[in-house]
Amino acid sequence: MKDLSKVNNPYNDEKVISQCSIFGMMSTVGELFSGKAIITAVANMHDRGNGLGGGFAIYGCYPDRSEDYCLQIMFNTRVSREETEVYLKRFFHINHAEEIPTFPTKAIKNPPDVWRYFVQPKLEELHEIISEDDVVTRRVFTINTTLEGAYVFSSGKNMGVFKGVGFPEEIAEYFGLEHYQGYIWTAHGRFPTNTQGWWGGAHPFSLLDWTVVHNGEISSYGANRRFLEMYDYVCSMHTDTEVVAYAVDLLARRHGLPVEVVMDIFSPPVWEQIDRMGPEERVYFEALRNTYGPLLLNGPFAIIVAHHGEMVAHTDRIRLRPMVAGIRGDMVYASSEESAIRLVSPQLDRVWIPVGGHPIIARIKDTPGQEVVKGGRELDKGEKAEEFPTC
Amino acid sequence: MLTSLLPEFTVDRSEDRCIQCRVCERQCSFDVFGYDGENNVMVHREENCVACQRCSVLCPTNALVIRENQYTYRPNANWTREYIQDLKKQAETGGVLLTGMGCDKPHKIYWDHILINASQVTNPSIDPLREPMELRTHLGRKPDQLEMVDGKLVLPDYPNVEISTPIMFGAMSYGAISYNSFRCLARAAFEYGTMFNTGEGGWPMELRKYGKSTIVQCASGRFGLDLEYFNDAAVVEIKIGQGAKPGIGGHLPGEKVSEHISQTRMIPEGSDAISPAPHHDIYSIEDLHMLIHAIKEAVDYQKPVSVKISAVHNAPAIASGMVRAGADIIVLDGLRGGTGAAPKILRDNVGIPIELALAAVDTRLRNEGIRNWASLVVSGGIRNSADIFKAIALGADAVYIGTPALMALGCTVCQKCYTGKCAWGITTQDPYLTKRVNPEIGTQNLKNLLRAWSLEIKELLGCGGINSIESLRGNRLQLRGIGLESWELEALGIRGAGQ
Repeated sequence: MKDLSKVNNPYNDEKVISQCSIFGMMSTVGELFSGKAIITAVANMHDRGNGLGGGFAIYGCYPDRSEDYCLQIMFNTRVSREETEVYLKRFFHINHAEEIPTFPTKAIKNPPDVWRYFVQPKLEELHEIISEDDVVTRRVFTINTTLEGAYVFSSGKNMGVFKGVGFPEEIAEYFGLEHYQGYIWTAHGRFPTNTQGWWGGAHPFSLLDWTVVHNGEISSYGANRRFLEMYDYVCSMHTDTEVVAYAVDLLARRHGLPVEVVMDIFSPPVWEQIDRMGPEERVYFEALRNTYGPLLLNGPFAIIVAHHGEMVAHTDRIRLRPMVAGIRGDMVYASSEESAIRLVSPQLDRVWIPVGGHPIIARIKDTPGQEVVKGGRELDKGEKAEEFPTC
Repeated sequence: MLTSLLPEFTVDRSEDRCIQCRVCERQCSFDVFGYDGENNVMVHREENCVACQRCSVLCPTNALVIRENQYTYRPNANWTREYIQDLKKQAETGGVLLTGMGCDKPHKIYWDHILINASQVTNPSIDPLREPMELRTHLGRKPDQLEMVDGKLVLPDYPNVEISTPIMFGAMSYGAISYNSFRCLARAAFEYGTMFNTGEGGWPMELRKYGKSTIVQCASGRFGLDLEYFNDAAVVEIKIGQGAKPGIGGHLPGEKVSEHISQTRMIPEGSDAISPAPHHDIYSIEDLHMLIHAIKEAVDYQKPVSVKISAVHNAPAIASGMVRAGADIIVLDGLRGGTGAAPKILRDNVGIPIELALAAVDTRLRNEGIRNWASLVVSGGIRNSADIFKAIALGADAVYIGTPALMALGCTVCQKCYTGKCAWGITTQDPYLTKRVNPEIGTQNLKNLLRAWSLEIKELLGCGGINSIESLRGNRLQLRGIGLESWELEALGIRGAGQ
């Protein structure tokens, strides 16, 4: 039996309360674009953050090394980097390593070193049947929980997370993100209220190629976390957003459930609605709620979850945090505020406020005529939300 | 025989108010009152009084006050009045002292040392009067994961039962309680959409219509068991132990075994109903495994099987074994759990508080990664809705209430259930007394209690910004300890207030 108390905080009280801006944009034809637009957009929501955390996730930014896992790791000290590199050499084939280039600005004080390593996990020494992804996940948790001063920002292929303490536009300037190209970008500006901002605690949170940016406070955090711990997840980032990232990993990757189902688990309809559904839908939701009830996310939240090929914008079932969606041509936007979308794309084919608890899922278009944006039923003028009152 | 015991209570009668209507005399089943016709006054035998308050509540002129006898021996912190009296009783009788209800000793009540969180600013609290607030709970094993095959969800096949609120009526057998009390529990549970537990005394045929709200027990005496008994119920519970008397069985005296009880328990009329201390076919965990599966075979794996133990020192390890042996629900009954009759020395000294046992068991099952294999129900010491809220936040799925349910029927916790003389008509089979429980009013009072507590739980959830009970389950972050030492906080897995 594993003794979680050895590696974990048995009181589960590391959640950080924060209020934030989130923004996501995706080209559904997979066209790469620079970070200029998203930096402009998230900077427009400056006042939703307080300068204690900003960050970006970029998909498609390392096409030349797209077969390697890219570990982006921050180090508090030189010693922690040396120790971590010993560990990495022991468990990975390192194909390339470099310090992530930075462009120091006045706003960014006392930054940690951030490196990236393009690696393949060593499987040959493991005497067990286990996937590459599981091995990488295990190593990431070991680094985060046992190697002092080292935290893994992201660990997926052909993607990366850039984050730190500062306003998001300052972080973008520091890492020179306008020079990167990606087909999905998500961004976050943070307003933590009960802790010193720290670089590892900024969003996006990531595991493998899944990333989460989150605006909200999860009141079910204690329950979510203890459930995830049963499945070997170790929360080490001192914030509640982490549980969303791990829950997505558990449900979507390990249990193989489509993102629509994952979002139904996060914010299912209430029982009284389920009672009124047809038999097929009813047993579906009954099974979800009974099996994954501990992963229901309670409390106010708006999240943008992304991985290769998909970007999902979602809110809690009584929609206590803002979310606006927009479409222009092949571009799909999700944002805390409509103004941020309008700033980078004044003309929109469609813009709407989705109903709480109904995700908007943007997918890469791989077949002609495919519906690339699913869900997110909007309210017509004067219509009342039938499922739930929205605020 | 001359007794050297002092009366525990005194009867203060206001002669100005008394109209000699003799209600007190008729209502008292402990023979406290008499009528002196010559002088037209009521007389008292105070040594018989148990302070059940039946007389003072029913006195039409409020002429009666029952109070603790103010007598005192020479004050002594070691030799309290209770210990002196107990000792004298035993010197006079040579017997084991019996008692009823749960432990009344001032062992620390952890519920009273736990405080609840509320949302402010960063997280809106939710008004349960205006927004959905969900208490619906499902008991039974949950799968480790769900699978999609060809875009369709493969449905789990573990049987679960649904309750509309996480409050159920705990096991109280027909025999230990009166028929009217028993059927009030059955009907109230059915009408409210929760469960009641038959206890080990069988299940009268005419109450089988409440089957979907019934948990039947299989205890060491195996009373009233047959295939129908299992299959008519929603859940089958194997009772290993009871919080009030861990490690010992039960004894329903033959004089209580009336014709109806005899039929229900399937034993001869007038014969003692004895439940052995252990199940004589369960001397080990593998034996339990066999009985669980024998029952599952009997119900064709269509009903959850529950196993109830009393909260003892190594409950976590036992609970883990129970879950691995196939229990779909495990029940922990704490130190303060009630009983119809138990040796006083056991009731007051054996077992541990439910709060600590619950926290330890929940943590253990999570550490083993098997918490979802079984639902966790706790009982023994629940007094109000806040206790239930705290129990769920510590990790329980639902609670059983026994004593509170009896109190809704009239009980005043005088602890004399074992005498069979209950003046409130609850723990007695005397037809003169049992009719005091009105089935309509009793049922309504029980439903009122469930409703009131459910509403309060919704208020507590809403103030914490949570709109579904599953987001509270095991969410110990919602709790803080006060006046607890560090080992206690650690055992409960909660922070201290202000931390």
